[in-house]
Amino acid sequence: MFPADLKYTKDHEWLKPAGDGTATVGITAYAQDALGDVVFVDLPEVGASFTEGEEFGTVESVKTVSELNMPTAGAVLEVNETLGDHPEAVNEDPYGKGWMVKIKLSGELAGLLDAKAYEALVNSESH
Amino acid sequence: MSELMKTPLNAAHRALNAKMVDFGGWDMPVQYPAGIIAEHEAVRTKAGLFDVSHMGEIRVKGSGALALVEHLTPNAVSSLALGQIHYTAFLYENGTFVDDLLVYREGEEEFLLVVNAGNSDKDFAWVQQHAKGYDCTVVNESPATGQIALQGPLALAILQPLTATPLAPIGYYYFTHGEVAGFKCLISRTGYTGEDGFELYCAAADTEAIWNAVMAAGTPQGLLPAGLGCRNTLRLECKMALYGHEIDDTIHALEAGLGWIVKLDHGPFIGREALLAAKSAPAPRKLVGFRTFEKRDIARDHMDIVQNGQKLGFVTSAAPSPTCGFNLGLAYVPTELAKVGTRIQVDIRGRAVDAEVIPTPFYKRQK
Repeated sequence: MFPADLKYTKDHEWLKPAGDGTATVGITAYAQDALGDVVFVDLPEVGASFTEGEEFGTVESVKTVSELNMPTAGAVLEVNETLGDHPEAVNEDPYGKGWMVKIKLSGELAGLLDAKAYEALVNSESH
Repeated sequence: MSELMKTPLNAAHRALNAKMVDFGGWDMPVQYPAGIIAEHEAVRTKAGLFDVSHMGEIRVKGSGALALVEHLTPNAVSSLALGQIHYTAFLYENGTFVDDLLVYREGEEEFLLVVNAGNSDKDFAWVQQHAKGYDCTVVNESPATGQIALQGPLALAILQPLTATPLAPIGYYYFTHGEVAGFKCLISRTGYTGEDGFELYCAAADTEAIWNAVMAAGTPQGLLPAGLGCRNTLRLECKMALYGHEIDDTIHALEAGLGWIVKLDHGPFIGREALLAAKSAPAPRKLVGFRTFEKRDIARDHMDIVQNGQKLGFVTSAAPSPTCGFNLGLAYVPTELAKVGTRIQVDIRGRAVDAEVIPTPFYKRQK
């Protein structure tokens, strides 16, 4: 159900390590489904640094707003500018075109969930 | 946690893969797979079908019925024709809201009162408590009644083939009795979306068959099942009040901009003295519509209206508007800030964001 090559947080972000000390971050299919139609994604400036769990932006849907929390410590290398005109990409392709930031990793990944553990968390939340 | 209440359409929503939420103790669809924006646009341009079976229905009947409803509500009940409906409220003595409701005149001395789901028990108790001394029966018909709302410019075209009752002659805020898909219904030309449409009241047991018949008739024309998510954005664009937001037991009818349902000269009713007094002095606060300017500046319900770090008012309802294409909201502000064009600020998670008071309703359908 959730891609096996990604790491997950209990706040429903995903992180994909590139293998070169950088990683891409977004929100999961479960998160976008819970939010409904996404209308705006507020992303940080390139160069900004965040600690693990720190809020780095917000995602707004028609009905609600949700914080984006950094899965691990890192500095922003790139933000997905296309979300400015196409926020719906977060709904349509949360692991692809709906990515949010690329970061240079400075923190650990050991505390993140694998796909199986994340799926178990989602199942426990939706019951 | 107590078990959520279910409407007769619960299984139908689940079969349509609706996302269900707890709405005032009811297990209700917030959206279907199309999503809030698509459902909102369907209602504005084609049609949407809502389950509103959670609404409460109270029937008041007997030689004292008219007198009781006149005592309980501020609008002029005696001027309602048979088959006519009006919007009104139950008020406390201080002029604040027990609830808002629709009154249907079924007979000279028979009325159907349609109230909010979350207030249904409180309202029934309120009516019963005041019915002493009036020669009438007060019956809570909610559990036995289903209700669906077909809303949008194609509503009449979709519904007419399902009923022998001519629909075009039913005026806005009038109703009649007839059959839809072979089942007895009260057919009401009303709604909570700002579009043309019909609300069908039926026996709980018949609700799913009627829902399925309307869905089957309307789907080829673009009808979508529509959830509470778009019901909220649709009513907000039309500045229709929602209990717990624009109106509640701390806000009186005049500040809510509902002076038009308060007929002070129609005789005594609960709350009249307080509203007479309120009318003689300028209201300290007013409900206004506002918009923000940046895409990212999306106000939400219950945020503060601020100036120089001081709270001046509060947002009652706000959202990105699918029809208008910008972010809007309703707020109570001091009357001196209520004029169209006035700059105000909304505290959006610690940021004081510029907004402007704009005319309401935000959306009005072209007739």
